[in-house]
Amino acid sequence: MRSADRPLSPHLQIYRWQLTSVLSILHRAAGVALSAGAILLVWWLVAAASGPDAYQSVADFLGSWLGLLLLFGWTLSLFYHLCNGIRHLVWDTGHGLDLKSTYLGGWFVVGGTGAFTLIAWIAGISSWAS
Amino acid sequence: MRSPLGRAIGLGSAKEGVEHWWLQRITAVALVPLSLWFVIAIIRLVGADADSVRDWVGNPLPAILLVLLLIATFYHASLGLQVVIEDYIHAEFAKLGLVIIVRLACFAFVVAGIFAVVSMAVGTSN
Repeated sequence: MRSADRPLSPHLQIYRWQLTSVLSILHRAAGVALSAGAILLVWWLVAAASGPDAYQSVADFLGSWLGLLLLFGWTLSLFYHLCNGIRHLVWDTGHGLDLKSTYLGGWFVVGGTGAFTLIAWIAGISSWAS
Repeated sequence: MRSPLGRAIGLGSAKEGVEHWWLQRITAVALVPLSLWFVIAIIRLVGADADSVRDWVGNPLPAILLVLLLIATFYHASLGLQVVIEDYIHAEFAKLGLVIIVRLACFAFVVAGIFAVVSMAVGTSN
C-alpha cells in the first residue's frame, strides 16, 4: 500500500465523536486525575497522623469550594474509572466485544457513574448534616 | 506468566509486557472492593476531627484495608501512568526520565501513606 493510501488517525477537528471513543479517552483522563487524588489521600493520612493542627488545615482545604470541587471531580472520576474498569475486565475475558455490547455497556457505565456519584454525595451531605 | 512455548519461539512481548498487563488487572480487581469500601468509610467520616480519624484508623480492619488500598492504588497508578507516558512522550530520554520519576514518586507516596496508617494504628504518633 502506498503511504498516501494508508488509513489516517482521526483528525480531531472534523472527527465525529462516538460514545466508545469518548469513554476510552475519559478512562485514561480519569486514571490520571485519580493518581492526583491518591496524593490527597496520602496527604490526609499523614496530616491525621501528624496531629490536630495539620489535620485541620487539610480539613479546611477540603471544605473550601476548591476542595469540594476537587472532591466531586475525584468522586466522579473514581466511579467512572471503576465502572469502565469493570467493562474492561469483562472485555479481557473475551466477552462483550461486539458493537452492540460495547455501546450497551458504555451507556451502563455512564448511568452507573452518575448514579453512584449522586448517591455518594447525597450520603456524604446527609452524614455531614447529622 | 509467559508460556515456555511462547518464550521459545519468541512470540509476544519482548520485554515485561505480560507482567505489566497482568499486574494491572490484579490490582484493578483488588481495587474494586477496596475503593468501594473506602468511599463508604469516607462518607461516614465526613466532618470528623483528627481524633475521630485516628480512632478509626486505630482499629485493625480499617488500618489493614487502608494499607492494601494504598499498595493497590499506587501500583495501579504507576503502571497506568507509565502507559500514558509511553504513548505520548516519544523522546527516549524524556520518556525514561518521566517513567522513573513516576515510579519513585509512587513508591515514596505509598511508603508515606503506610507509615501514617501504621503510626496511627499502633499509637506511636503524637
